[in-house]
Amino acid sequence: MDILPILSTLRRHKLTAWLLILEIALTCAIVCNAVFLIGQRLQRMDMPSGVAEHELLQIQVADVTTPANPYARMAEDIATLRQVPGVISVASSNQVPFGNSSSNGNIRLDPAQPQRTLSATTYFGENLSNTLGTRLIAGRDLQPDDFVDVEAAMKALGTGDAKGLPHVTLITQTLARRLWPGQNPLGRLIYLTPTVGLRVVGVLDSLARPNAYDINTAQYTMVVPLRMGASKDQSYLIRTRPQDRAHVLAAALAALKKVDSARVVTTKRSFDDVRRKFFQDDRAMAGMLVWVIVALLIVTALGIVGLASFWVAQRRRTIGVRRALGATRANILHYFQTENFLLATLGIALGMVLAYAINLFLMTHYELPRLPAIYFPVGAIALWLIGQLAVLGPALRAAAVPPVVATRSV
Amino acid sequence: MLAYYFELALRSLRRNKALTALMVLAIALGIGASMTTLTVLHVLSGDPLPGRSNTLYAPQLDPRDMTGYRPRAEPLDQVTWIDGMNLLQAKRADRQALMTGGSVAIQPAQSALDPFYQTARYTTADFFPMFGVPFRYGHAWGASEDAASAAVVVISSKLNDKLFGGRDSTGRIMRLENHALRIIGVLGDWRPNPHFYDLNVKNYGADEGVYLPLSTSQDLHLAHLGGADCWGNGGNDATHTAPCVWLQFWVQLDTPAKAAAYRQFLVHYSQEQKTLGRFQRPPNVRLRNLMQWLDYERVVPGDVQLQSWLALGFLLVCLVNTVGLMLAKFLRRSAELGVRRALGASRRALFSQLLVEAGVVGLAGGLGGLLLAYLGLWLVRRQPADYAPLAHLDGAMLLMTLLLAVGASLLAGVLPAWRACRVTPGLQLKSN
Repeated sequence: MDILPILSTLRRHKLTAWLLILEIALTCAIVCNAVFLIGQRLQRMDMPSGVAEHELLQIQVADVTTPANPYARMAEDIATLRQVPGVISVASSNQVPFGNSSSNGNIRLDPAQPQRTLSATTYFGENLSNTLGTRLIAGRDLQPDDFVDVEAAMKALGTGDAKGLPHVTLITQTLARRLWPGQNPLGRLIYLTPTVGLRVVGVLDSLARPNAYDINTAQYTMVVPLRMGASKDQSYLIRTRPQDRAHVLAAALAALKKVDSARVVTTKRSFDDVRRKFFQDDRAMAGMLVWVIVALLIVTALGIVGLASFWVAQRRRTIGVRRALGATRANILHYFQTENFLLATLGIALGMVLAYAINLFLMTHYELPRLPAIYFPVGAIALWLIGQLAVLGPALRAAAVPPVVATRSV
Repeated sequence: MLAYYFELALRSLRRNKALTALMVLAIALGIGASMTTLTVLHVLSGDPLPGRSNTLYAPQLDPRDMTGYRPRAEPLDQVTWIDGMNLLQAKRADRQALMTGGSVAIQPAQSALDPFYQTARYTTADFFPMFGVPFRYGHAWGASEDAASAAVVVISSKLNDKLFGGRDSTGRIMRLENHALRIIGVLGDWRPNPHFYDLNVKNYGADEGVYLPLSTSQDLHLAHLGGADCWGNGGNDATHTAPCVWLQFWVQLDTPAKAAAYRQFLVHYSQEQKTLGRFQRPPNVRLRNLMQWLDYERVVPGDVQLQSWLALGFLLVCLVNTVGLMLAKFLRRSAELGVRRALGASRRALFSQLLVEAGVVGLAGGLGGLLLAYLGLWLVRRQPADYAPLAHLDGAMLLMTLLLAVGASLLAGVLPAWRACRVTPGLQLKSN
């Protein structure tokens, strides 16, 4: 196919051609970035929690009257829940992965260092590993005699007495690698307060934080052996078989009500619900981006159809002359297809530059990473395809122009 | 003349229905998407207390120890109990209120209702006049009730509807965590968004049902709900002596001079506390007014801003599209325009005729865009986000939609109209 005649025709319609190129470039740039954003959101929604997600239930109850001994109440509740048929394991916890509400501490590796090394979340509660289903990849799990009552620990912290404080902790492998790259974390000390260090006794494969807003720090997690009393901030976590969840939840709530009828259930949900709620904004945003891409491509396609139709109508005479001089239908068809391909290619080239600029803007204002090169061809292919599809109709109409047009006046 | 152009425009648009529909659709889509996201942005970044916000300030202090100290770092955004009480009692502002969030169990008198939890606000008395809180029944409490830790409570109209069927409940007793409190006021319709005075609870759509004196909440040991930042040997959160910030302090300063004086007072206070040994860092204070505070706290979700940019990009594509289509349409009529020129119409007349045509397309697109914006906002409201129920189109945004649509399409019409006006009458006539 000869490109030169196409170029010389386009030169006579510079303005229109440039408008088309501009539209394709803008669409290409926005589509590249939108696809990238969707990828980011999907990656976030896929974040591992490190727990047995389809087997977990979370219950929070609040007592209208504070029980005389919250520790005894907690023990009673846990014993009651263990009796519920279908329950495999029960734990108490101050928080759950992706639960939003979190307790965090500043980690120092040397008690004298002025700035914190990083901020990590701290899980407290008994029997967490078994119930959550976390996987220990080195060292040992927390033992019953590691545990300290949280109230005693707070008192000890105030008086500076190291005895009442916990001495060991579990950490995730991500945190271990971040704190001591390439070294064995077991036996090392982490300081949450300047006075007492927690010795790392075990490393977990994975356990996400409740406030996992940033994928890079989502696994900065510690588990500290603190025993909590019953309160409305505590959660009971129940592990059961996936198919038993609904009736175990109902039975567990009834059992808890039996312990004290004047209590209010504030949370009752499966871990699937926790994940769905935490990532709901990401899902909504990804959905919206898909619609934007679809709408953009449709608008651009319609624009191409409109302009191509106009060109075909304007050049009916020329097409007739070409046909009379021996050009085949296929020649005419290819002419318009090539013309569109050229315009699309120019638009895509400009669009790549624009996409990169938009990405730079997003990086500075919305803390997004750099657009990987893999996304550029995505936009290019989408627009080449859309362009060819859109021009097909008008091009076929052009090919159908009979040679006799050349001999008619107007 | 304009009426005649208008008629010409309609005639010309009718002649080429597909192209017209395409242009109107493109503008409608672009306007609809932009107005949906801009309305959400407008609602979320709006002023929660118009007319008052420029006299309300959130003082910030830095009571932390030297651990982690960096010069020029931002101070904390809440206050400790001790500092809050000191600033409150200093009474250096026109009005001041110390407050924090809570969550309380309410035990309805009717047996039909189970006990339930309700978010609460524990505050000192100036909260109500300072924020201009409207009352449907009764009144707020005063400084004497604060001092006496009076067992009084103000409830929201929503809670009043739930518990008392909307009747005047002032004077009645409400049981709350096994304590009896007397209801002295029922609020009118008051839901400032964003929930500016305490952004730890929820930025939008927070729903506080119960307001009671801060002193009473402390005497009754009611639970604190919200953020707490601790340092040193942190100890328990939300206690009077712990090195933790967990309260919000707001002041009203009627003139800029008073604000400047208050800022000085905060510096002096910090210095004094440093001499006393309570503060360790050099004085580090901020005094932001309400809108600056919302800006500093980045209340508007990043996603919403991103969506607005996206929609504006989409509008731009739609406009470029319209420019292209309009150019095609106008150039196609070169012959007609040539005849009009030859018959004596000036370029300016042709230009305004074509612009009227562009304006008609814009108006039609704007109306379509308005419908799409209503549809879009309805979709936004069905989303699960906190701010979703707030997404409504108000009068200003409605007008803005139409102006944007017409303005954008006039802008899109300028280039094609100018290009089409440059036809040489002779050439066009000859070729015919």
